[in-house]
Amino acid sequence: MSFHPKMAYDATFHKSARTLDETDKGAGPPFAYTAENRARFDQIVKRYPPDRRRSAVLPALYLAQYQQGYITANAIRHVAELLGITRADVEDVVSFYTMFYTKPVGTFVVQVCRTLSCALNGAERVTEELTAKLGITPGQTDASGTFTLVEVECLGACDRAPVVMVNDGWHECLKPEDASRLVDDLRARGESVLSGCHHVVELKKKAG
Amino acid sequence: MDPILTKYVREPNSFTLDFYVEHEGYAALKAALTKKPDEIIEMVKASGLRGRGGAGFPTGMKWQFVDKKVEPRYIACNADESEPGTFKDHLLMERNPHLLIEGCAIGCYAIGAKVAYIYIRGEFLHVQGILERAIADAYARGFLGKNILGSGFDCDVYMHRGAGAYEAGEETALLESLEGKRAQPRNKPPFPALVGLYNKPTAVNNVETLCNVPLIVSKGAEWFAGLGPEKNGGPKLYCVSGHVKRPGVYETDMKITLRELIDGHAGGVRDGRTLKAVIPGGSSVPVLMPDQLDTQASFDAIQKAGSLLGSAAIIVLDDTTCMVWLAENLLHFYRHESCGKCTPCREGTDWLHKILRRIERGEGQMQDLDLLSSVSANIAGKTLCAFGDAAVTPVTTTLKHFRHEYEAHIKEGRCTLTADWRARHTVGAHA
Ligand SMILES: Cc1cc2nc3c(=O)[nH]c(=O)nc-3n(C[C@H](O)[C@H](O)[C@H](O)COP(=O)(O)O)c2cc1C
Ligand code: SF4
Ligand code: FES
Repeated sequence: MSFHPKMAYDATFHKSARTLDETDKGAGPPFAYTAENRARFDQIVKRYPPDRRRSAVLPALYLAQYQQGYITANAIRHVAELLGITRADVEDVVSFYTMFYTKPVGTFVVQVCRTLSCALNGAERVTEELTAKLGITPGQTDASGTFTLVEVECLGACDRAPVVMVNDGWHECLKPEDASRLVDDLRARGESVLSGCHHVVELKKKAG
Repeated sequence: MDPILTKYVREPNSFTLDFYVEHEGYAALKAALTKKPDEIIEMVKASGLRGRGGAGFPTGMKWQFVDKKVEPRYIACNADESEPGTFKDHLLMERNPHLLIEGCAIGCYAIGAKVAYIYIRGEFLHVQGILERAIADAYARGFLGKNILGSGFDCDVYMHRGAGAYEAGEETALLESLEGKRAQPRNKPPFPALVGLYNKPTAVNNVETLCNVPLIVSKGAEWFAGLGPEKNGGPKLYCVSGHVKRPGVYETDMKITLRELIDGHAGGVRDGRTLKAVIPGGSSVPVLMPDQLDTQASFDAIQKAGSLLGSAAIIVLDDTTCMVWLAENLLHFYRHESCGKCTPCREGTDWLHKILRRIERGEGQMQDLDLLSSVSANIAGKTLCAFGDAAVTPVTTTLKHFRHEYEAHIKEGRCTLTADWRARHTVGAHA
């Protein structure tokens, strides 16, 4: 919701306007950490003073997201209970940070950096190519649930523009004309086709 | 100047503990532990080291302000690196992680902290992995943990992963985020040096800043100060991106000029193109024009030229760049990243973006230009954190130098500079 009656926000992400699905469907299936994740969680909270368990909310939410693919109301409840804070506290955090998904996403979340240095080197055209190839616009997931296309802001690798992130992996210097092939390659061979980051690329070249 | 911080980044094993120790790694920590904490602070003060995160505040002074009567104290290392055009901390952490760890440990010793948290942006998961391994190796070798090198000094370093928020780079927003809340800034004062993480005295330092500390300890404050112009000492990493032939991180002293960085190191603009303008310190600072290229790339000289060195992110724009498009691109960023805590910034960035977009598409009117200035004036200086001032800068600086381009859009009813790297259709953020 905008605070000005005549200036509604755009539909794209805006921190003030983001809400979570609070219907029964949004609650998702019952959620609890697997034993493995619970052990990880117990390790993580030790990094913070005992009366400051709340500090672990971001790592705790990451664990939930890696386990289930996205954050549901039930996941929020589980995290809140483990940290000894309210669900509203956790929801507050989930709705603020862009890297938490509140809806299911595709197997590959393709995140195109759209900020200045990437845009100056063709990022808008990369998004165009991907949009045409996948038949979806940024913010959408394709019908098969394989690809989600997102535009993100500067990823901190502007010398390798245009940069895209696929899930947690990086792909740098993606020319618009290669965007469509990246989609095919991801379909065929998964994340292993990504270039990786920075010197990794150069070192690989150096090693032959 | 030969690179120091990034000397070995192109060596395949530069990130390993063995390589680091073979190249005098952790010698500075060893030396620091034989001195008194106050001596370290004095050294850092004498070196003139200024924060590399954006504001250029003297690090030694910041450490001195940390309230030594209150326990515990903390170091929060700012590894959020989100200022558009900045990618230097990325390189340091990826290729020289032990330097940062050593800097954290010396910093902790100096201010009497036992814990340092490295707050790293969520997108840098691959870098986080490298740092986590480096931290584990440092513990195993006794450079971190209890009784470091038999000195009786204990120090823990932990990674903390953010989750996608530019504003988490603002120091008090970073502390909020570390405490498990939204990354929204606090009122200052009190400054973090007195009331920081968990309301305890905290030094918030940028990655590159902390990486300079071991150099100062091992080579001396005088050497460090002597590397650059007065009050701008030490090595500096510059991030050059945009329309240049060889974008990348270049390390030199701050005597270098923008021209030497852009035309020399980065190879200049591409063939057949000419330079239009340069953003010298990340998206939040005013542009400099081609006739200002001989400005020294130091904190003070760039400020004198009417801009800021900021995070040393030099974004080069050639003659194919439409400046209205540029302002729109950056305001999309600020609109998206506004933390929403104060009204002028939260609402104003959205309005600015909307107005810019309609002008860029040729749907603007002349009075929109006054509207842009008026909305900008109602944001700048009226917000809780420096984000507000930063966000209006792309608008005010392009209006100042390129007003004719805005007017042309309005008169022609379209953008006349549609380069081949621009979108052909309206899609995504452009739609
Ligand atoms: C909106 C905003 C974003 C910032 N982002 C960063 C950042 O990503 N990294 C950083 O080191 N400093 C950033 N800063 C600067 C920090 O607030 C702070 O000045 C810095 O971390 C202090 O460290 P230093 O003295 O070592 O530079 C940002 C400031 C503002 C206002
Ligand atoms: S100026 Fe913007 S980013 Fe800073 S506190 Fe206010 S709303 Fe948040
Ligand atoms: S602008 Fe794309 S990584 Fe910085």
